[in-house]
Amino acid sequence: MESEKFQVDLGNLMAFDPAHHFESIPSSREELTKACLEKGTELVQAIANVLFALPSTEDRDGPIVRLPQPTTKLPREKHFPKPKPPTKWELFAKTKGIKPRKKGKRAFDEQTGAWKRLHGYDRVNDDKDIPIIEAKLTDEPGEDPFSKRKAEKKKRVEKQEKNRLGNLKQAAKAGALPSHIQLAATALPITGTRTDVPRKSSKEELENVAGMAATATASGGKFDRKLSGEKPLKHAGKHRKFLPVVEGKGMSSQEQKQTAKILEQLMSRSSNDILDVKKAVTIFNVKKEKKRKMEKDRERSSTASKLKPKKQSLKKSSKKH
Amino acid sequence: MLKIKTPKTQRAKRALDNRAPKIVENAKKTLILHGTKTSGVVNAVLMQIYHMKRDNAVKYTKKNENIRPFESGGETSLEFFSLKTDCSLFVFGSHSKKRPNNLVLGRMFDHHIYDLVEVGVDNFKSTETFGYDKKLTPRIGSKPFFAFIGEGFESVEELKQLKEVLLDLFRGEVVENLNLAGIDHVFVCTAVSPTTVFFTHCALRLKKSGTLVPRMELVEVGPSMDLVIRRHRLPNDSVKKEATKTTSDQLKKKIKNVSSDIVQGKIGRIYIPDQKAGSIPLSNDIKGLKRERREAKKSKRAQETGENEAKKQKTCSDDHKLIGN
Repeated sequence: MESEKFQVDLGNLMAFDPAHHFESIPSSREELTKACLEKGTELVQAIANVLFALPSTEDRDGPIVRLPQPTTKLPREKHFPKPKPPTKWELFAKTKGIKPRKKGKRAFDEQTGAWKRLHGYDRVNDDKDIPIIEAKLTDEPGEDPFSKRKAEKKKRVEKQEKNRLGNLKQAAKAGALPSHIQLAATALPITGTRTDVPRKSSKEELENVAGMAATATASGGKFDRKLSGEKPLKHAGKHRKFLPVVEGKGMSSQEQKQTAKILEQLMSRSSNDILDVKKAVTIFNVKKEKKRKMEKDRERSSTASKLKPKKQSLKKSSKKH
Repeated sequence: MLKIKTPKTQRAKRALDNRAPKIVENAKKTLILHGTKTSGVVNAVLMQIYHMKRDNAVKYTKKNENIRPFESGGETSLEFFSLKTDCSLFVFGSHSKKRPNNLVLGRMFDHHIYDLVEVGVDNFKSTETFGYDKKLTPRIGSKPFFAFIGEGFESVEELKQLKEVLLDLFRGEVVENLNLAGIDHVFVCTAVSPTTVFFTHCALRLKKSGTLVPRMELVEVGPSMDLVIRRHRLPNDSVKKEATKTTSDQLKKKIKNVSSDIVQGKIGRIYIPDQKAGSIPLSNDIKGLKRERREAKKSKRAQETGENEAKKQKTCSDDHKLIGN
C-alpha cells in the first residue's frame, strides 16, 4: 500500500489516487461497486493514518484534533472587502498632523456642577440646562438668543449630515460602502445632470417605455405578436382629439373655446404685468357666462328624464304576503 | 437627493453584516431547484442531496421555466435567487428527451455565475434501497471524507472541474478542530471513463486494530449514481483570478497586550488574578513562642484542623507561665 502515493488534502479530508486506471471496465455493476469500495477503503485508510497521527486533545465527546488548512484552492463566494477611502476629515487630519484625542467617559458640566456623560440623555453642555444667556454688545434687540442657538445647532447637524453623505458617496464609488448602509435616491435627478446612484427603473416606468417602444412601429404596434404576460397598451387608441366638423344643436362652439384657451395662454405668457385685475375679472365673467349658457342649453335640449323626479307607483302590488 | 438607509434593529444589522463580503467567509449555501419538467429520478436525486445538506441548503418546489443556465439570458433568475437566499452553489434538475435526468451543478461568485457543469444521472439507487445497520447512519452536519479515484480527475478538464464542484458541494464548513469520534461518512468518486464518474456515498465503520489508527470499513449507505458529463462552462480568467486571491495570514491574527515603545522597546501587559488576601489561612508557624512550644502548637493545630475540632482559647495563665520561664 505504501508504494502507491496518494494525494491527501487533510484540511478537506480528501484523498486522490492519480495512478489508478481501469484496465478493463468491470462487466457487472456489483463488480464495479466492489472494486470502487476496495479502492475507496484504501484511500480512506491512508487519510485516517495521517489523521490519527496528529496530536489530539481529550474532550468529553472524544479526541479533538487540529486540522491543517486545506490545500486544494477553491474559489471564494464573494470578493474581498475593499478598503474604505479616507473621509474628508481623515484627509484633513493627516495633512495637519492631528492625532485623535482620547476622551474620558464623563465630563464635568459647568452649568449644573455635576459629572455627566458626553452624549445622549442627561449630557454635558445641553441646551436646555442654560437658564440665562447674558446679552453682548453685538446683540441686536428683538433677537431670541435661545432660538438662535437652536438654529445654529440645526445648521451644524445638517452640515455634518451632508459631509457624512459625501463620505458615503465616495465610499460607494470605490465599492466599499459599509454593508449595513444603503444609499437610495429620493427624487429624480434634474435632466442633464449626472446621477450619483444608478437609478433602478421601476416596473411602471419600464412598462410605459416598453409600451411606447411597441407603438413606434409603422402600424402603431397593433399587429405585433405579444409576449405572454405583456399587458395591453394603456392609452390605446387616439391620442389627439379632433373637433367635429358639424356641430350639433346642443353643443356650444367647441372651436371657439379651443381658440379662446390658446389665446388666453399666449396672452398671459407674453404679458409682463403682474396681474391686470380688470382683465382677469372680465375673463372670469365671460367664462362664467359661457358656462351658464352651456348648462341652460343642455337643460333645454335634454329629453331624458334624468332630472325629473322618480314617479312612485301608487298602485298596491298584487303580491300579498 | 440621496437618503442614507440604515437598519432599524440590531438584528437586521447583524443579518446584513453576516451576508457582507468578509475576509474569512461563511460556509457556502446550496440552492436546489428544478425546471419545467423533471423525472422521478431527478426528483429523488434532488431530495437526497437536500437531506444530506439539510443545514445549509434551500430547496425550491416551484417549476422555473425561464432558468436556462447555459443560455445567456436564462441566468438572471438564478442570480436573483442566489442574491435573495445568499446561496453560492446551486443544483438545477431537469428532464427532456434530449437530456434525460439532467443536473446542472453551478457555483457563483459575487452572485454571478462562476462556472457550470452539466451531468446526466444514470443507474440511480436511492438511500432506501440499501440495507444496512441503522446505527451506522451518518449524522447531518458531520464532516465527510472524500476519495477520488482515477487518473481522469487530473487529465480531463471536465473531470477536474467536476471534482472541484463535488468537493465544494459536499464538504460543509471548513473547521479547524475535528472530533475523531464524529467521523461518519465518505464520498467515493471513481472516474470509470473520461466522461463518466461513478459516485457513491458510504458510511464508515471504525474497527479495532492493533495500533492507534482504527481500521476503516466502508458500508454503502447513500445514493449511488453514474454521472455522465454533458456540457460545462469554465470561469473567465479575470473572474477566476479574483476568486482565487488569498491574503497573507498576518492580517488575520492580532496580537493583544503587546505594544512597543521607542524608549523601552517591546512592552507586554500581564493581568494577574485577584489575590483575595482576606481569606488566605494563617500559617501554623508562630515565631513568637520558644521552639518546643512552637512545635507542639504546630502539631496540635495540625491535629485539630485534621479532626475538625473547635480551637481552644489560650488562657492568660499559660502566657504568664511562659514569660516567667
